[in-house]
Amino acid sequence: MVKAKVPTKEILAFRFLPVIAMLGLLAAPLVLSDFRLSLLAKFLTYAIVALGLDLIWGYGGMLSLGHGVFFGLGAYGMAMYLKLEASGNRLPDFMGWSGVDSLPWFWVPFHNPVFAILMAIFIPALLATLLGYLVFRSRIQGVYFSIITQAMALIMVTLFIGQQPLTGGTNGMTNFSTVFGFSLADTGVQVVLYFVTVACLALAYLLCRWLMHSRYGRLLVASREDENRLRFMGYNPAPIKSLAFGVSGGLAGLAGALFVLQVGLITPSAMGIVPSIEMVIWVAVGGRGTLWGAVLGTLLVNYGKSTFSETFPEIWQYFFGALFIGAVLLFPGGIAGFVRNMLDRVFVKASPPKEIPVPVDRNPSGKELESGVEVT
Amino acid sequence: MRQFFQFLLYAKKSSRLAGLVCLTLLATLLLAACGDSTATPAAVATTAPAVTTASITSAVTSAASASGSPAATSGTIKVGILHSLSGTMAISEVSVKDATVMAIDEINAKGGVLGKKLEVVIEDGASDWPTFAEKAKKLIQQDKVAVVFGCWTSASRKSVLPVFESLKGLLFYPVQYEGLEQSPNIFYTGATTNQQIVPAVDYLLSQGKKKIYLLGSDYVFPRTANTIIKAQLKAKGGTLAGEEYTPLGATEYSTVLSKIKAAQPDVIFNTLNGDSNVAFFKQFKDAGFTAQSLPVLSVSVAEDEVRGIGIENIQGHLTAWNYYQTTDTPENTRFVAAYKAKYGDKRVTDDPIEAGYFGVYLWKLAVEKAASTDVEKVRAAAKGIEFAAPEGTVKIDGDTQHTYKKVRIGKIRADGLIDEVYSTPDPVKPDPYLKSYDWAASLPKQ
Amino acid sequence: MLAKLVQIITWANFAGFSPLILSRSPVLVTRSSLTDEKEGLTLDELLSQAFNGLSLGSVLLLISLGLAFSFGLMNVINMAHGEFIMVGAYTTYLLQQILAPALGGVSGGLTFLISIPVAFLAAGLLGFLLENTLIRFLYGRPLDTLLATWGVGLVLQQLARTIFGAPNVQVVSPGWLSGGFSPLPGLNLPYKRLFIIGLVLICVAAIYLYLYRSRSGRRMRAVMQNREIAGTLGIATRRVDGITFAIGSGLAGVAGSALTLIGPIGPTLGTNYIVDAFLVVVLGGVGRLPGTILAALLIGVFNTLLELQTSASIGKVLVFVLVIIFLQWKPRGLVALRSR
Repeated sequence: MVKAKVPTKEILAFRFLPVIAMLGLLAAPLVLSDFRLSLLAKFLTYAIVALGLDLIWGYGGMLSLGHGVFFGLGAYGMAMYLKLEASGNRLPDFMGWSGVDSLPWFWVPFHNPVFAILMAIFIPALLATLLGYLVFRSRIQGVYFSIITQAMALIMVTLFIGQQPLTGGTNGMTNFSTVFGFSLADTGVQVVLYFVTVACLALAYLLCRWLMHSRYGRLLVASREDENRLRFMGYNPAPIKSLAFGVSGGLAGLAGALFVLQVGLITPSAMGIVPSIEMVIWVAVGGRGTLWGAVLGTLLVNYGKSTFSETFPEIWQYFFGALFIGAVLLFPGGIAGFVRNMLDRVFVKASPPKEIPVPVDRNPSGKELESGVEVT
Repeated sequence: MRQFFQFLLYAKKSSRLAGLVCLTLLATLLLAACGDSTATPAAVATTAPAVTTASITSAVTSAASASGSPAATSGTIKVGILHSLSGTMAISEVSVKDATVMAIDEINAKGGVLGKKLEVVIEDGASDWPTFAEKAKKLIQQDKVAVVFGCWTSASRKSVLPVFESLKGLLFYPVQYEGLEQSPNIFYTGATTNQQIVPAVDYLLSQGKKKIYLLGSDYVFPRTANTIIKAQLKAKGGTLAGEEYTPLGATEYSTVLSKIKAAQPDVIFNTLNGDSNVAFFKQFKDAGFTAQSLPVLSVSVAEDEVRGIGIENIQGHLTAWNYYQTTDTPENTRFVAAYKAKYGDKRVTDDPIEAGYFGVYLWKLAVEKAASTDVEKVRAAAKGIEFAAPEGTVKIDGDTQHTYKKVRIGKIRADGLIDEVYSTPDPVKPDPYLKSYDWAASLPKQ
Repeated sequence: MLAKLVQIITWANFAGFSPLILSRSPVLVTRSSLTDEKEGLTLDELLSQAFNGLSLGSVLLLISLGLAFSFGLMNVINMAHGEFIMVGAYTTYLLQQILAPALGGVSGGLTFLISIPVAFLAAGLLGFLLENTLIRFLYGRPLDTLLATWGVGLVLQQLARTIFGAPNVQVVSPGWLSGGFSPLPGLNLPYKRLFIIGLVLICVAAIYLYLYRSRSGRRMRAVMQNREIAGTLGIATRRVDGITFAIGSGLAGVAGSALTLIGPIGPTLGTNYIVDAFLVVVLGGVGRLPGTILAALLIGVFNTLLELQTSASIGKVLVFVLVIIFLQWKPRGLVALRSR
């Protein structure tokens, strides 16, 4: 898993992959129809979330089932700006229906797009860091962490729906017109937004790569492998893990902001439990613990979902369910783990077959080992 | 069985085999994409054999080239249906989809529209609003459908509205909703507030039920509806016994029932949605209430939902709609018989099903009048078009693009169907912004 | 310990609650302007509120008992637990369709009583199959079981939709369970709620007897406490796993059968309950049955109390926030396996 283990030739093969992928993405607007391009752009925003999730799950061993919340917060931040711009001098339409007569104070700064974008990244990052710190400080790990994040998703959805005058309720925010004065419906603007998304994905990828290849990345992996040992060595795992969670939340927020620009709407249901679990599936299918795997998994799963649901609208859920089961049962390392294994066989024939590098929760329940409930 | 497990175990250990399976899966995926399309030269040129992001891109490309020629020039006219066939909303939307399909089949059997058969493209909105927006985009941009029939929830309609407006599409929306909307690209064949909620409250007040408790699911329709009702009660001498919202999908009502008991209302005005209705009515009956001691008037419970709630739990309670299966018109007799013949004797029809059905006919009449499927021409032609629908004559109001509809208060009877106990004499003119009501002047408007 | 708990919760309640009032939440404003605030509750209101809390707690316990087995004892995060509840509900529906004409109509209730054990068997069998075909290969990877069982849940939901159709179906509850018992004027205890409370008591007693008074239960405890040693002593650990998971699933089936009395019966029935169930088990302390019981009751009581004070949405949010705060303080739940 760690860089040092990887054979040299494999590195060469992998070094070109992102470049090829990048070229493919840059060429996409030339060959794709408007509809498919906007679909691809949407998937690429998802890929940014997947990168963040991979960071905490693949490298840090923390499975978040509430990443939709961070995604949603980022999206709402951007949507507030877009809604204000679309409403001109008037109140956003849903406030009018709900009997709000003046703009709530926290809406006011969102007139400024730069502020909105910063908040779209900063607020989810802050929330994630804070929540992470509280949780990790109490040494809540594994499944407990997952359930807590899931409960958080439920709380946020209920709150956002309940505060209709401030958030638009179940309908969320939609019907935007312009961004920076350019019409969102314009094809040229859509293409520019697509390139912005590609650039953000590339930056996010580089950021994650840099983080994971740094000393910090090794500490994070160490906290996944054996948190107690890390503690004995004098490190405090809580800040290490909360930082990863914060970065991950910030990336999800960025993705949410881009998502709103692409899709033109955000509703509380996008923050809920089901979308959050779907995000995890992307990473699982792609292969946790490899950044390109997370990106590839996201694109494949979403592409498959779109295609299946177009071709077999009545039964596509069977395919989707089977995909989850298959991914976990047959390919625990995901596509990335599988490809890596094949490459190992091709390039390093002499070496004995290795275990598929799957991060396994060593102490999944958060209980101490002497409790004896550990099942091997 | 045992062998299968061994295979699984083996598959897990041997990644070679796993690889085969993986590649097969991927190949199927890509083939599925290319199968229904003719690849353009551009797509062929960029197709890379390796499993890389590039190949995904090319796969997406080849699927993209599937976009058909514009509807008008081919021998058929493409029309889209966009409903949730999976997820929580499938409960309601599948029946509407069926009725829409039936109308299209009927039209095709009689020679189609403008001499062309209708070709239907069905998409699953999956009870997920971004998916609705995505599929709407697909129907308009890629399939180039002349019209889309679909959506149920306000959230799904709001999510596709900008898509239809920016891509100049046309949507027929078949469900009663909270009003305050008027999009040039949407025709509303369900009721707006002054065709359901306002007359229902008037009816209750006329029956001496002055103390009203408002109970709804926590989303836009109930909140907007209740804002209107509160203004109406104030103006017309009713009193508000209480107001309560429960989360969507809530199934626990004992505390709410305690609150209702303490408030002692004359009637409950119920805007709960979906599953919550089942839980509410079951627990309502057990708390010792009856339709005589405390009637509930529901605006989201139709014949289709009564079966799931259990007839014995809801018998005798009131509903407000524009159509019931029992509505006495020759068109309805024919409609109900055809629906049951096509989808089975146990199926029932209800208001949104009927609105989904006659919407297709209204569009057909408008297209024939315009002699074109062009959205602008159809819109212009649609003004004032009348159709003998199962609920009686419906007419498109050109200004609001809503329909004139009769309002009917019904009482649920022992076989689960609904008897009409009151009806407005004439179809009510749609007024989504309640401009013609004095007491509504104080309401927030946009 | 309990005193400290109450203290914490009151504090959290206050902290979580007051900003909501200050923020002029429309729910709260409309409520206070609508209802003239009474000075405290009357006796029958208090009693009926206590009963509401108890009955909500019993429902929560019923849906969590099965999870306490699969999640608590085996560390399998069974996201398809809700779908096993659904299987139980549909089993009840099917039995009523098949048996009711032969057994003197639906209102006799005999079919309903029969359907409870049948639902246990049906869901249990399905659980046994699932354990053998899927979960067996995922032990020690609890987060992977989460993903795989989520897939299973999706498939089961769609299966139910294909077989029974998307709309809710109707189960007629027995005639003798309609209405309620009224010990005081103004206090009504619905028979269905009493039945569910009784059913939960029976389930808990049966589980206790099984775990602590039967050979099979002793083997189960042995395996869960130390798998290797249990194995060396000649216990077929794999079979015990299968049985444990089957019992957990079967209990979900029982819950599904009972929930037909008060809730909807449709393909997405399970999704309404799954998060609540997990929260109960986590709050109680994973692997601790007494903790699960205590947690279910506490959540039930607090939920109804907060709901009465605020609204259904805010009440639920507050309960969840309280649980999360509590877990910060005691990460291993109410009844920890071994306190630090």
